[in-house]
Amino acid sequence: MRDVILHAGIPVKPVYGPEDLAGRDVERDLGRPGEYPFTRGIHPGMYRDRLWTMRQYIGFGTPAETNARFKYLMAHGQDALNVAFDLPTQLGLDSDDPRAEGEVGRVGMAIDTLADMEEAFAGIPLDRVSVSLTINGMAAPITAMYYAVAERQGAARDRVVTTPQNDILKEFIARGTWIYPVEPSLRLVGDLIAYSARRYPRSNPVSVCGYHIREAGCTTAQEMAYGLAIAAAYIEMMVARGMDVDDFAPRVSFNFTCWGKIFEEVAKFRAGRRLYARMLRERFGARNPRSWMFRTLIGGGGSAFTVQEPENNIVRGAYIALAAALSGAQTMALPTYDEAYTIPSAKAQLIALRTMQICAEESGAADTVDPLGGSYFVEALTNEMEARILEELAAVERMGGIVEAVRTGAVQAEVARQAYRFELQVASGAIPKVAVNCHAGDRPAEADREVVLHGFDPAVAATQLAKLARVRRERDGTAVDAALGRLRDEARGPGNLMEPLVEAVKTYATLGEICQAMKDVFGEHKEPVKF
Amino acid sequence: MKVLVAKPGLDGHDRGAKVVAQALRDAGVEVVYTGLKRTPEEIVSEAIQEDVDVVGLSVLSGAHVPLARRVLEGLRARGADDVRVVVGGIVPPADVDALRAIGVARVFPMGTPLPDIVKAFQGGELA
Repeated sequence: MRDVILHAGIPVKPVYGPEDLAGRDVERDLGRPGEYPFTRGIHPGMYRDRLWTMRQYIGFGTPAETNARFKYLMAHGQDALNVAFDLPTQLGLDSDDPRAEGEVGRVGMAIDTLADMEEAFAGIPLDRVSVSLTINGMAAPITAMYYAVAERQGAARDRVVTTPQNDILKEFIARGTWIYPVEPSLRLVGDLIAYSARRYPRSNPVSVCGYHIREAGCTTAQEMAYGLAIAAAYIEMMVARGMDVDDFAPRVSFNFTCWGKIFEEVAKFRAGRRLYARMLRERFGARNPRSWMFRTLIGGGGSAFTVQEPENNIVRGAYIALAAALSGAQTMALPTYDEAYTIPSAKAQLIALRTMQICAEESGAADTVDPLGGSYFVEALTNEMEARILEELAAVERMGGIVEAVRTGAVQAEVARQAYRFELQVASGAIPKVAVNCHAGDRPAEADREVVLHGFDPAVAATQLAKLARVRRERDGTAVDAALGRLRDEARGPGNLMEPLVEAVKTYATLGEICQAMKDVFGEHKEPVKF
Repeated sequence: MKVLVAKPGLDGHDRGAKVVAQALRDAGVEVVYTGLKRTPEEIVSEAIQEDVDVVGLSVLSGAHVPLARRVLEGLRARGADDVRVVVGGIVPPADVDALRAIGVARVFPMGTPLPDIVKAFQGGELA
């Protein structure tokens, strides 16, 4: 009989039975759906009351092009947005910065000033559509722009639902869009959380991500452990800043990936909900049940998709959607089948949206709460996953805690080690990938030349540069200088930077100018390179 | 053989670079990895300073052609045109030809099996 070992290192037995749950207090471990510790889901009726939100990740080219794609998907039933920004925007560089050459509008839309943000959301009512902003190092100024657009649209503050990712610790570990050193970066995360909790009570000012760390190579148990450790670090920071945990914890949200083995994923999320609820109630003393809830986007993992025979990725996406539904996702997004090649085509994005809709409406996965609950296998695996996550949390403590582990690069090195281990297992065939290392003939197929690539229009950069030049020309330069001066001054002190940021974006100061003003005070992060 | 694995440009995805760096190291190649967001000019200087045989550029943002061109031009300008440049990342088939045309010695587009990459460094074609 062949051995089966999950990504978390857990061996799977050929059959499970009541003996695998012996000695467990099932009532204590599970509770009822919608009740502590939320193992079975955070709402009593889950999808019978409300389906998960469908939120594809979109953005490319100019704000006007992205606005058109937003509207296309909304016309086909997508009910929320998830905005992709280009790399210069994510790193606080203007489109006319020499370092931005070749990158403007490439992996997301370009934002230089409030004028771009106004164009991106033109005709999209921000008091009715919830919008995730995939932005981290520049989360504070970009969200300041978003709030300014909502205000100009006349949206009531308590109707504005936005989720800036604002998770800088995972950027240091995995995604790389860090700018400032660790301490001032954390301060900006906290400033946005504190400001939003006060002014925009329905915003979710941080989305803690295990997603990118797993995509960078770590295991399922590590993904959940690192996510929980990062969440704990932010919560500790906000409490240390004088906030009551129940004043912000109900709006903390998560972003995790999902791919590979379905039952391992389900167990990961069930264990994660339980651990988070216990952490919030027992360690942080939260009293509001909403503070105990692990609310998560489950975004299918692009790393599960293959270049070879790309249409097979549509099938993989369907299994991922099923796993995410069985895991109790609040929000779902899927990679597109062409993602290993290009910025998704409109057709590929529609197929991904349709995949989620078919899962929701036709498959029956949404018919009853936690349909796998009570399965000997899934309950035993949930318990085992909980134990592995606790082991990984202890490993983080041995590295000095997650902030120190990020500062020294220890956690980055562990993620790289796991990525290499995984690739060796793919190379050896121990981890099967259909049409790559099994059922592939002598060797895997070459890339498919039929996939239609996103046409990068050289006019995009020119259009964006012309617009930026016009905004610079037409704005009140004195007001810009005064606002940037105030931002610099406030950055030297301990105060919350959101007010000066909101003021600065309203003068049409550029993102590059704002980023630089803070760089003048904070300096830049130096990466601890270890591998 | 000595190899500089480098991440030019703004792209922060370093999984591929770090996996290839570890695989080459395990295959007995001397590897230098310098981290994210290096400019082409920094990469050229590091390649010369470390006296490497090959520079491996990893780019996943789509900006591989202009970035590779600037590294190649920089090496040439400093008389280091014996250093071979290879590129890995999200490189569509048509761009493989474009990269070869500007002087890139080998391209490892997405989906290249890891053992094939290691073999290219061992087989003499990059030596």
